[in-house]
Amino acid sequence: MNNEPLIFEHSRPGRINRAQSAHLGGDLDDIPDTLRRQRRPGLPEVSELDAVRHYTRLSQKNFSIDTHFYPLGSCTMKYNPRACNTLASLPGFLGQHPLSAVRDSQGILACLWDLQEMLKAVTGMCAVSLTPMAGAQGEFAGVAMIRAYHDARGDDARTEILVPDAAHGTNPATATMCGYSVREIPTDAQGDVDVVALKAAVGPHTAGIMLTNPSTLGVFERRIHEIARIVHQAGGLLYYDGANLNAILGKVKPGDMGFDVIHINLHKTFSTPHGGGGPGSGPVGVSERLHPFIPIPLVGRDDNSAFRWLDEHDLPQSIGRLSAHMGNTGILLRAYVYALMLGREGMVRIADYATLNANYLMARLRAAGFDMALPERRATHEFILTLKHQAKEPGVTAMDFAKRLLDYGFHAPTTYFPLIIPECLLIEPTETESKEALDAFVEAMVAIQAEAEKDVETLKGAPYSLPVRRLDDVQAARELDLRWQANGGMAS
Amino acid sequence: MSNIPSELKYTKSHEWVRIEGDGTATVGISDHAQTLLGDMVFVELPEPGAALEAGEECAVVESVKAASDVYTPLSGKVVAANELLEDAPETVNTDAYNDGWLFRIRLEDEAELKELLDAEAYAELVAEEDH
Repeated sequence: MNNEPLIFEHSRPGRINRAQSAHLGGDLDDIPDTLRRQRRPGLPEVSELDAVRHYTRLSQKNFSIDTHFYPLGSCTMKYNPRACNTLASLPGFLGQHPLSAVRDSQGILACLWDLQEMLKAVTGMCAVSLTPMAGAQGEFAGVAMIRAYHDARGDDARTEILVPDAAHGTNPATATMCGYSVREIPTDAQGDVDVVALKAAVGPHTAGIMLTNPSTLGVFERRIHEIARIVHQAGGLLYYDGANLNAILGKVKPGDMGFDVIHINLHKTFSTPHGGGGPGSGPVGVSERLHPFIPIPLVGRDDNSAFRWLDEHDLPQSIGRLSAHMGNTGILLRAYVYALMLGREGMVRIADYATLNANYLMARLRAAGFDMALPERRATHEFILTLKHQAKEPGVTAMDFAKRLLDYGFHAPTTYFPLIIPECLLIEPTETESKEALDAFVEAMVAIQAEAEKDVETLKGAPYSLPVRRLDDVQAARELDLRWQANGGMAS
Repeated sequence: MSNIPSELKYTKSHEWVRIEGDGTATVGISDHAQTLLGDMVFVELPEPGAALEAGEECAVVESVKAASDVYTPLSGKVVAANELLEDAPETVNTDAYNDGWLFRIRLEDEAELKELLDAEAYAELVAEEDH
């Protein structure tokens, strides 16, 4: 059954589940008429069994880390240990109200305080705020702090943020959101930031630079100290995009590289379930000079070592609050359990095996005849394969390979990113895959290459085995249609 | 092999320029650029009347793969933008050098034309990138 209807289409008037438990709600009579809804909400009316089957069927259509190798570069799709979920779901955590009195909240505050300390230790920053609710919000918080820093010094000539041309698109977007103009810095042939171009670009107008290290090209930025010196000497600050932190966890600290602010994607590096827009968590770490501007609340300790919230009274120059309470606390707890299970020694193993797996996979694919974008560089936790020759002859693209991989039971790698490499697949195996899983992926790539040489049309038509076939990307972009309306079917 | 008409001028950032002989020049993106970008979904053009400086970002071509800035190779006032692309951005893919033009500009400084690449130099650049 390929066409699973929407839950609304399963709906039948009057087919409802009544809760079997006692009604515990309070008296609603004191809600003013103006605030009461006049019509019933348009919720689907289905039996419990209908709902269970519907969502189970949808889940069976998914590629997920629980079912498939998922080498989606730059996304760090690693195994999410069940223990993290189990412990974060303890009734004491689930029942915790964010406005509970501090004396009743010492347990959860202790966990969050511990997590702040662990993240400080592993990144080399002087303080960490856990409140940003996703990577994008962490980036926003980071650049907002850079802005607050320059503003506090009355240094209002700094209007520009530098971004390498290999950067994630979120970097220029964040700089623009924070009121900066963006200047792109080119990458040299070896995948490093072009330092000559950087020197020419910095000046009294430079607010800062946003860097990912290892970069999105899957290589370590070797001249990071020189870059930090150039930007700092010009009066700018350095922002570390934590997208690729998995490659260096426990090995190198962004604080030691000279960064002033960092965001950490806990949902990636600290292995909480993500993808599909699920809850993220993007804590920010700061150097001494940005500490006054860090977003609140943080967890601190009072004179008697009891935990308490730090707020605007403690940090009057803070850029403020980014969420109603403490960010995505459930995700923070999962990350905390993950960090506890690993310990300091385990953190290093993450970087070791993430890098080993990537380099093993790269070496095997190269031996099988595939071209690497940066053949002279050792990969970090991910690497880029380019199919530009295949695109000319026999005429199959990175997208064709990606779609055909689905038929072979693999989630596709990231396609066409970074933008500066033609026909590329960005492949990140992560540390949690076995050698057998990596070998199977190589075999699939080799088989697809053989298919391409024999008959291009095989790839052009892929995927064949999934609920939906090749999608029309152009129509999807131009005639986006996401709403469903009763009686009218799809509406624009 | 990319189509690189010999009568046009080019830039390193893959725009083409046609000198119209009436003090204006037409600008688009090269066949090589449209091939790399893939199927176009939106094109954002400068407003006629806008004054541009050479090297300035002035248009955006968005494909299924990426949104890319287009830089004006020449300074001057925009005299026309290709409205056809609003409804039919795919024209950039099907006819990059004719109906797929992006905008026309009134030249301010003829000396800027010397900075542009001829077809031969541009072909070399593309071959180098393809290596």
